[in-house]
Amino acid sequence: MNKLIVSPSPHIHSDESTRRLMFNVVLALLPTLVVSIYYFGVGAIMVTMVSVASCVLFEYLIQKFIIKGKTTISDGSAIVTGILLAFNVPSNLPWYIVVIGSLVAIGVAKMSFGGLGNNPFNPALVGRVFMLISFPVQMTSWPLPIESRLKYIDAITGPTPLAILKEGLKNGENISQLTDKLPSHMQMFMGLMGGSLGEIAAFALLIGFAWLLFTKTITWHIPVSIFTTITVFTGILWLINPEKNADPLFHLLTGGVMLGAIFMATDYVTSPMHPLGMWIFGIGIGLLTVIIRVWGAYPEGVSFAILIMNAFVPLINRYVKPKRFGEEVK
Amino acid sequence: MLKTFPKGGVHPPENKISANRPIEALPLPSKVSILVSQHIGAPATILVAKGDKVKVGQLIAQSSGFVSANIHSSVSGTVESLDAVMDSSGYKRTAITITVEGDEWEESIDRSKDLNKTISLSAEEIIKKISASGIVGLGGATFPSHVKLSIPAGKKAEVLIINGVECEPYLTSDHRLMLEKGHELMVGIQILMRALNVDKAFIGIENNKPDAIAHLQSLETEYPGIKVQALKVKYPQGGEKQLIKSITNREVPSGGLPIDIGAVVHNVGTAFAVYEAVQKNKPLFERVVTVTGKELAKPSNFVVRIGTPISSLIDAAGGFPEDTGKVVNGGPMMGKALSDTNVPVTKGTSGVIVFKETDSKRKAEGACIRCAKCVSACPMGLEPFLLIKLSQRMMYDRLETERIMDCMECGSCSFGCPANLPLLDYIRLGKGEVGKIIRARKN
Repeated sequence: MNKLIVSPSPHIHSDESTRRLMFNVVLALLPTLVVSIYYFGVGAIMVTMVSVASCVLFEYLIQKFIIKGKTTISDGSAIVTGILLAFNVPSNLPWYIVVIGSLVAIGVAKMSFGGLGNNPFNPALVGRVFMLISFPVQMTSWPLPIESRLKYIDAITGPTPLAILKEGLKNGENISQLTDKLPSHMQMFMGLMGGSLGEIAAFALLIGFAWLLFTKTITWHIPVSIFTTITVFTGILWLINPEKNADPLFHLLTGGVMLGAIFMATDYVTSPMHPLGMWIFGIGIGLLTVIIRVWGAYPEGVSFAILIMNAFVPLINRYVKPKRFGEEVK
Repeated sequence: MLKTFPKGGVHPPENKISANRPIEALPLPSKVSILVSQHIGAPATILVAKGDKVKVGQLIAQSSGFVSANIHSSVSGTVESLDAVMDSSGYKRTAITITVEGDEWEESIDRSKDLNKTISLSAEEIIKKISASGIVGLGGATFPSHVKLSIPAGKKAEVLIINGVECEPYLTSDHRLMLEKGHELMVGIQILMRALNVDKAFIGIENNKPDAIAHLQSLETEYPGIKVQALKVKYPQGGEKQLIKSITNREVPSGGLPIDIGAVVHNVGTAFAVYEAVQKNKPLFERVVTVTGKELAKPSNFVVRIGTPISSLIDAAGGFPEDTGKVVNGGPMMGKALSDTNVPVTKGTSGVIVFKETDSKRKAEGACIRCAKCVSACPMGLEPFLLIKLSQRMMYDRLETERIMDCMECGSCSFGCPANLPLLDYIRLGKGEVGKIIRARKN
């Protein structure tokens, strides 16, 4: 008989793996990708392909030639970052800007901190915010869905509902006067509005959410705490003055709330590790999002809110502890 | 209604391959090696010398303190040596090796199969009898049973919990015992109830053993005070603290004992051994052991004499499969991998599992992605991802405040880690160091 293998217990392992988790996230993103391709056509395909390819390539090159270690692109995390980065930009964004964004996301936000598991900030969001600040014009021209499916850079553009709201309120208009210019709630739910290529279709993102919960890839705490906070906060403002404040459903369906809450804020590496911490994190994101939207200079604030709360995660993990078994009740 | 514990736990594949195999007696080996330390506590003092003739059930090593246990011969024959043999941890330990000659039992042992339901001993006499018979916790912890039954001053036992959970995958020895020795088990529980002076006892059984639940439930009316509690399947429900939580919804305080909240837990195997000791005058020298594995020709449940080499159990179950990679003494979650299959069966051996080589190796480690699956898996509410980091950095003060000593090493964290990190390996290292510091502080 061969020599026996001796190792400490446990002697069995679940079939869980990092690659499988990442694969589940990619699957959860597929419905949204399909809808985006249907609405934005060639632009959506182009941007997503460039983004995924360059994220994977940069990770490979950095690991191979700068770190000179083993490459881990097969774990799938760079693919997830690539898709999410693409989902956070307009579908008519020139390809070279996408490449620059990927370099910042993978090179600066991820690899410079030590790669997967060590980055304090969500890589895709760092890439997005970098592009937003560096290329403000290209990053805020939003192709209209369906109308220019066969066009890429020269797609017909229009403002997002949040921009219409911000601009209108700044000009002294009331919500009731803006209603004609804004899409209906049903249209917004279906994604018929201007916006980043992966953030518009709430129904597709919710299908992905269901898949993530079903496969136990994520828990419900972070998305639900963000949705709840935004609903309560904007609900209060709306009840106080419905003429100057949009209703909660409008806030949930527009901008990056769905995409951010379901896919960006739940990034394992940059979110807290137990339910109470997740609630604190989610409430923080919800509050900051509404504050930026209502009182800030930008019409949209989900990216900034998540990045700011990312910075609090180590603090939350340090001081918010799970309930220990057999802990004395004080 | 099914009960369970609320926090943590995992669901490993059950693989109860040997569940339908009735218990059968393993043929006597030609030689046994009986370790003098098969229990938690002080090793027993040897009473025999080389060349002595012994009988089955004869006391051959005596308990050397309150937390210690008597050891009886499991065979009849001649003491061949008192040298050290390898135990399942891989260390050499003193053992009494006996060459088997015939099968001559002590005459005081009642070998009839008749059920004896009349309990004639008092509480004190029962505890004395259990201590004299060398009974220890047969679930695997091997804590001397008489110590658990001697309630410290100022404490009071309110409920007896019998552990029939068998939450470890593969193992079926407790399951078979409950099915085949139901009456004896119930009488054993009544004996324990009298020893503790409690009027209620619960038998916790997971729902993957519906036949055992139904069988023992049908005996409930015959043995008043004993209730079967069906439990949801979840590892590690057989952990003492988790089982008490599942059944009574009370939590044993950190660093405390079950008796602090009025609970005493014994394994079904222990209750059966108590029946045999008290009603049949038979000391503990044999036990039921599951021998199993996906590649094994004949997975079985054997009654095995203590001291039998594990290799002869595997031979009786069809022999070593061609590509054997690992042999585990105990369950797959908490058992010990053996380096040598000649190690003897002890009172704590509940099962032997044979894994093929491809199932024996660990998967390659990746980076921690902070998915928090270990945090939600930990039944003690600890943070394994943090404990591994602190252990690697030797930050023992932090480890103590992060309650590393609460870890019971169930392995749920390592089992579910998507990056295949050896979380429990490092937690064990950290626990060892923190334990040393705590002991040094006390002295």
